[in-house]
Formats: sequence, structure tokens, C-alpha cells
Amino acid sequence: MVKFTVEDQDGNRQEVEAPTDMGFSLMEILKASEYPILATCGGMALCATCHIEILEGPDELGEATDIELDQLENLPEYFPTSRLSCQIRVSDMLEGAVLKLRGEDVI
Amino acid sequence: MGFSQKIPIMIQTDLCIIGAGPVGLFAVFEAGLLKMRCHLIDALPQVGGQLSEIYPQKPIYDIPGYPEVKAQELVDNLMEQIKPFKPTFTLGERVDHLEKQEDGSYIVTTSDKTQVHAQVIVIAGGLGCFEPRKPVLDNLETFEGKGVTYMVKNPETFRDKNVVLAGGGDSALDWTIYLADVAKRVTLVHRNETFRGAPDSAAKVFDLASEGKIDLILSANLKEISGNGKLDSVTLTDKTKNEYKIETDYLIPLFGLSPKLGPIADWGLSIDKNAIEVDTRDYSTGVERIYAIGDINTYPGKLKLILCGFHEAAIMMHSAFKYVYPDQKLSFKYTTVNGVNAF
Repeated sequence: MVKFTVEDQDGNRQEVEAPTDMGFSLMEILKASEYPILATCGGMALCATCHIEILEGPDELGEATDIELDQLENLPEYFPTSRLSCQIRVSDMLEGAVLKLRGEDVI
Repeated sequence: MGFSQKIPIMIQTDLCIIGAGPVGLFAVFEAGLLKMRCHLIDALPQVGGQLSEIYPQKPIYDIPGYPEVKAQELVDNLMEQIKPFKPTFTLGERVDHLEKQEDGSYIVTTSDKTQVHAQVIVIAGGLGCFEPRKPVLDNLETFEGKGVTYMVKNPETFRDKNVVLAGGGDSALDWTIYLADVAKRVTLVHRNETFRGAPDSAAKVFDLASEGKIDLILSANLKEISGNGKLDSVTLTDKTKNEYKIETDYLIPLFGLSPKLGPIADWGLSIDKNAIEVDTRDYSTGVERIYAIGDINTYPGKLKLILCGFHEAAIMMHSAFKYVYPDQKLSFKYTTVNGVNAF
């Protein structure tokens, strides 16, 4: 298991615990934790609705891959450590990390 | 959109389907077998919903009978399948209002004031309507429709006008190229030095800029818009925080789309976690003559799968029949026996 902190769109922080051995993506954990994440494309890095910003954590965690940047760079706003949570595999790298939800709410 | 006045028209149909994704399209087929005509409305400028908008080239593996089918291919096949039933479409408009008539029927009004009179409403809205992602700018909303627009519906609107486009994706590149020949002057503003859109389009944009046919402003962001009742200028900042003011008639921010539930939330339907609660006997909502099928609905055991939406469409049409043909008895027929009888 790994523990990390999630800050929602309103700035509320909560610790979330997730298994590292089930092959989940961070997006799946956030959805399962009932955070208002759309994940329209289901995890294909094609919609950017699962956009998060890494506030604290290892440098590597804040480095978006090329396919993520394809989406992130087209958003009205993104940040140096923006990621698509669907592209982050839940692993020990998340231990102690703090991340902020940046995707749009559905309403 | 734009400044043109639209003459109100009333489209008459049996069923008004809100959402032209795969489930909305297949619903036309099931309706057609029961001799019910359909008009579809979608906020996107093309049919196919998220399949066409988000992942047209991605394979889908769980459509019965297709070991693998590309999303756009499925949409194209559905369009072919429903052709005999001559559906009509209003695309690029969002449904804003539903108004119940004395006889129980409904009048639907879109964002562009198109009106549809239908006996039955079928909400096949998927995740909601795709709406443009908007840049964070003061007073942006006040200039919407007064110089700020998020979609190029009719390029002629921009003929001989000054146009600023913002964004770096395919649609920003494509429209820059297209409007270069139409508008008086096109300026493309992009926050980075390079483009992640199609390399051919990016190369073409760089060529147009070096030929002096467009203005390309890189590493810059929108900062401010201003005008007196109508947009007249856009202010940009570059990475060294220098500001530029560009006089323009139009600003077209192209930062992609994101689904919103939108006005559906205000129609008095029972909504749970952004989905419409339905009765699984016929996928009716709590409001008579309004049904919800596909990803937009929810019920115990719901799976958001295209194939479940297809099933829901078939069941739902048999229930809706009584509102369109109140004096007729519905008899169940197989297409294999009866064929598909076109309108």
C-alpha cells in the first residue's frame, strides 16, 4: 500500500491509501475514492479531464510524458508539474506525495 | 454564433434525440423499425459523440460481431445503418430548453434558437455536452457572441475580418491555415515555441508566417480582452512579460472540449452523480415522454458500455411507441423476417 495526499478543487486535503500491486492507475484510484474526475476517455491520455498537478513528490513524478504533453499543452492552463493521472501507475513513488486536482468538474 | 440573425424554424418529428453519439444514432434504427421518425441534436459539429471527438482512430473490442472496430468506423457504419430512416440533424447547437405542450408533446429549443417539436424526448447525451475549455480572462463571457467564439461554424463569418486564434492543437493549426485565405488578417497565438499538432499542419503554419500571410506569435499568452460592447482588441504577454495589444474583430480560443452536464440538470429529472436515474423496464425518466439511454443514465448495475446503450435503445423505443401511435397496437417483428422498410 502507498499513502499520498489529494487536494480537491476547493483546496480540501485528504490522505488516500492505494494498493501498489493491483496495476491501478492513479486516475482509477481517484475515481474509486469518489473524487469528481470525469476521465472521459477512460485512461487513454486523450481528454485531459484527469489533469492533476504534483505539489510535492519526487521530481520524476512531476515529469509528464510526451503523450500527456500532447493534451496538457492544449489546455487553457497547465503547470510545470502537471500530469494526467491516468498515466501514473500507482507505485511507491507516490508515497508521501501531494497532488492537486486540476481537471474540470462535470457540472 | 456570430452576429447573424437566425430565422426561427420549427422542426416537426416524432422523437427528438439529444446526443448523436453511437447510442443516439442506433436509437434512430430502433425507432425506424417502429415507423417513428427522429431528429438528432448535438452540441458537437459532427456526429459520433466522444468516439469521433476524442478517439476516432482507437480500436473498440467489445461491439458484438466486431472483433475489432475503429471508433470512427463504428460511427460511419451506424450512419449507414440508419440511412433508410432518414434522420435529420441539428449539429453544433446545445439543447437549452424543454417545454411541455398541452397535448403532452415537447418543444425543444437550442442555443441557436432552433426549435424541434416532438412527441417524445430521448436523452442520449453521454457524459453531457462537449463545451469549449475557456481561457481564464476577465469579462470573457461578456464578449461571447460579440467577437469571442469557440467554434468555427461558418468560415464566411470571418471574411475580411481580423481574427486572433489561440491554441496549439490540430484545430488551432487547421483553422489558422483555412482562415488565412478568408480573413483579412489571421494571428495565431501559442504559448510554446513548437506545436504538438500534426507536423504537416505545423509546417504549413510556419510557412504562412514566413511568407507574411499570417502573424504567428509564439511563447505568448492571452492576458486581456477589451472592447465597447463588441470585442476590439486582445492583449498578450510574452515570456519576458512584455505586453502586446492587437486590434481584432474576433478571438477564437481553441483549447479543446470538455463534457458538461449543462442544462439537462435543470429539466426536473432525477439526477444521481451526474447521471439521470431511469426505470430499467423501459429506460424512462420520472417525467412522462422523456427517456434517457446510454452513458447519461444510471440504474442499479449500470455499465457504461456502448452495447448496453444499444440494448437500452431497443427496449426504450417499444415503450415510446404508445406516445407516437396512441391508437395502434405494437407488434414485435424481426428484421430477418420483415427486412428494413425504409421511409
